[in-house]
This record gives sequence, structure tokens and C-alpha cells, in this order.
Amino acid sequence: MGMFSRRWRSPEFDDDDVHVLAVDDSLVDRKVIERLLKITSCKVTAVDSGWRALQYLGLDQQQEDDDTSPPHFVNVDLIITDYCMPGMTGYELLKKIKGSATFREVPVVIMSSENVLARIDRCLEEGAEDFIVKPVKLSDVKRLKDYMFGTTTTHLHTSPPNHNNNINKEDKATLNKRKLQEMSDASPSTSTSSSSPTLSPSPSPS
Amino acid sequence: MAAVAQLQRQFIEYTTSLHNEGYLDDQFTQLQKLQDESNPDFVVEVVSLYFEDSEKLLNNLATALQQKIVDYKQVDSHVHQFKGSSSSIGAQRVATVCVHFRNFCEEKNLEGCVRCLQQLKQEYILVRSKLEALFRLEQQIVQAGGQIPMME
Repeated sequence: MGMFSRRWRSPEFDDDDVHVLAVDDSLVDRKVIERLLKITSCKVTAVDSGWRALQYLGLDQQQEDDDTSPPHFVNVDLIITDYCMPGMTGYELLKKIKGSATFREVPVVIMSSENVLARIDRCLEEGAEDFIVKPVKLSDVKRLKDYMFGTTTTHLHTSPPNHNNNINKEDKATLNKRKLQEMSDASPSTSTSSSSPTLSPSPSPS
Repeated sequence: MAAVAQLQRQFIEYTTSLHNEGYLDDQFTQLQKLQDESNPDFVVEVVSLYFEDSEKLLNNLATALQQKIVDYKQVDSHVHQFKGSSSSIGAQRVATVCVHFRNFCEEKNLEGCVRCLQQLKQEYILVRSKLEALFRLEQQIVQAGGQIPMME
């Protein structure tokens, strides 16, 4: 996984729960991702389409860069979206978010059931923070949360954002006790979402 | 209590066999790990959503394949959805049929698609009945005052 990840940390980050906007047209997947995020102590807003996500973020009007538009008080720390959705794909949503002055700094993670290198590259080039292959597991979400938000206060201002591939071991110390009991289950080597993508032999429809 | 222990043993044996026979894969175990005292019905809730979703998709597929001019893109889209939700709950055999189904869609092979739809229905009905049996067993354990064993 390491090759896809970059550490992102908001300078205003405090100990309040991380708020995640989850986007997926599948009801089953929404329920699962919501639970996965809640169990890792995130606040979750789950929507069923790219359009709803833009609505929630206040980006559905064409005024995102207009200074005269009313201020939004939507505070989102992470956006996690499915790639294949009817109407607006996760990729299109990603572009809209990265094109927005207000939300371009928010990390966006793409989820997809198809492990297609070209797709992954396209998303990363457009600014996606990470790419998770479905089905999403608890270890995927924990890993994500850890490297994006799992810092002790000593890290906040002393170490610069680092681009190395390894999960910072010290971040694990910040996990609360409830997560600790599942540590033995979260083995990075078994997490398929973090392995190098294989070239897909047949073209898959988006 | 002997009764609880016996039910728990049955549960373990049944779950193990479902995994061995490929009905369920690791993703189902993943879901079970997400269940706790604060969310004791999580798995049943997700699986119920899956059942509702699946039945809609099966109907949509039947309709789509009955059209005079079959829209294979539409058929493929339904199968893709079905594959996704099946993978998300660990219904491995259903997901596998979906893979074959998508290949027939790509080839615009109507006969292959119709066959796959039949297979899909069968596998879905099978996994649904097995999951329902598993949930009944869980209920019995809880009613007898026992705890549902954690599977690895």
C-alpha cells in the first residue's frame, strides 16, 4: 500500500472525532462502511451519490469559488467514495472536490471492487489520497485512519509531513484500548488493498 | 449448561462447514467482528439489506433478459451491483457466478446469461437459507443464555 499513501494532517487537528463523508450507491456497502468508520471512532455522514455528496458540501451550485456565497460550516476531515456509481462516478466527484477552493485540501479515498492499475493511477493523479480495493475490511479503515489522523501531539508541530511508506509505529500507541484487542487481526501483510495492483488482463467497464 | 454448549458447538461446526463449502468467505467473518454489545444485530441487519437488494436485482435481471432487444450494459450493471454486495457480505459462491455472468454479458451471449441467472438464483436461495439457519442458531444460543462463539 505504501506507494499510494502520503501523510496528511490538518494543522487545526485536535482530539475531536474525525468526520468522514462516505459516498456509495450500494445500501449494503454504505451500512458496512458506516460501521467500519464508527468502530474506529469516526463520525460518519453517508450519502448514496456523488450529487448528494456535492449537495452536502455545498458544491452543487456553481459558486464554490465565489467569495460572495454564504459560508458553509460543513467540517469534513475525509471523503471516502466508491468509484463505480451511476450518474457521477467517484472519479468525477474527486475532480469536483479537488477543483473546489473550500474542499480541495480534504483527503479523498477511492474504493473500488476492481483492481485496475490504470484506474488507480488516474485517481491518484487527480489527487486521491489512497485507493482501497473492495470489500473493505476493518484493517483498511484502521490503517487509513492511523496514517492520516493517528498522531500524538508531539508529532503535530515537530515532524513535517512524511512521504515514507511505513506506518509510523508510534501512531499505534495512540490507539485506544478497544482497538488494541483487534491489533492482532490487523496485519498489514494480509490487507489486499495495500498490495501492489496487478495489471488487469481484460478491460473492465467503469 | 450442556444445552448451550451443544448449541455453541453446532454453531461452530455449521459456520466452519459454510466456509469450507465456499458459501461464505472471510468477509463474513469480518462483519461478525464488527458486531458487539452496542450493535448486537449488525450482521443480521446488513444481511437483511443484502436479501432485499438481491431480490430486486434478480427481478431486474429477469426483466432485462426478457426484453426483445437485450441491453447488455444494463444487465452487466445489475450483475456488477450484485457481485459487489455479495462480496461485501462474503457470499462467495454468489459472487463467483456473477463473474461468469459478466463474461457472458461482455460476449452478449443471451443463452449464457440466462443460464447464469438461473445459477445465480439457485446460489442466492442456498446462501439465504443457510444464513437464515445460522441466525436461528444464534438466536437459540442467546435465548438459552449463552454467548455466540467468535469465529477466527
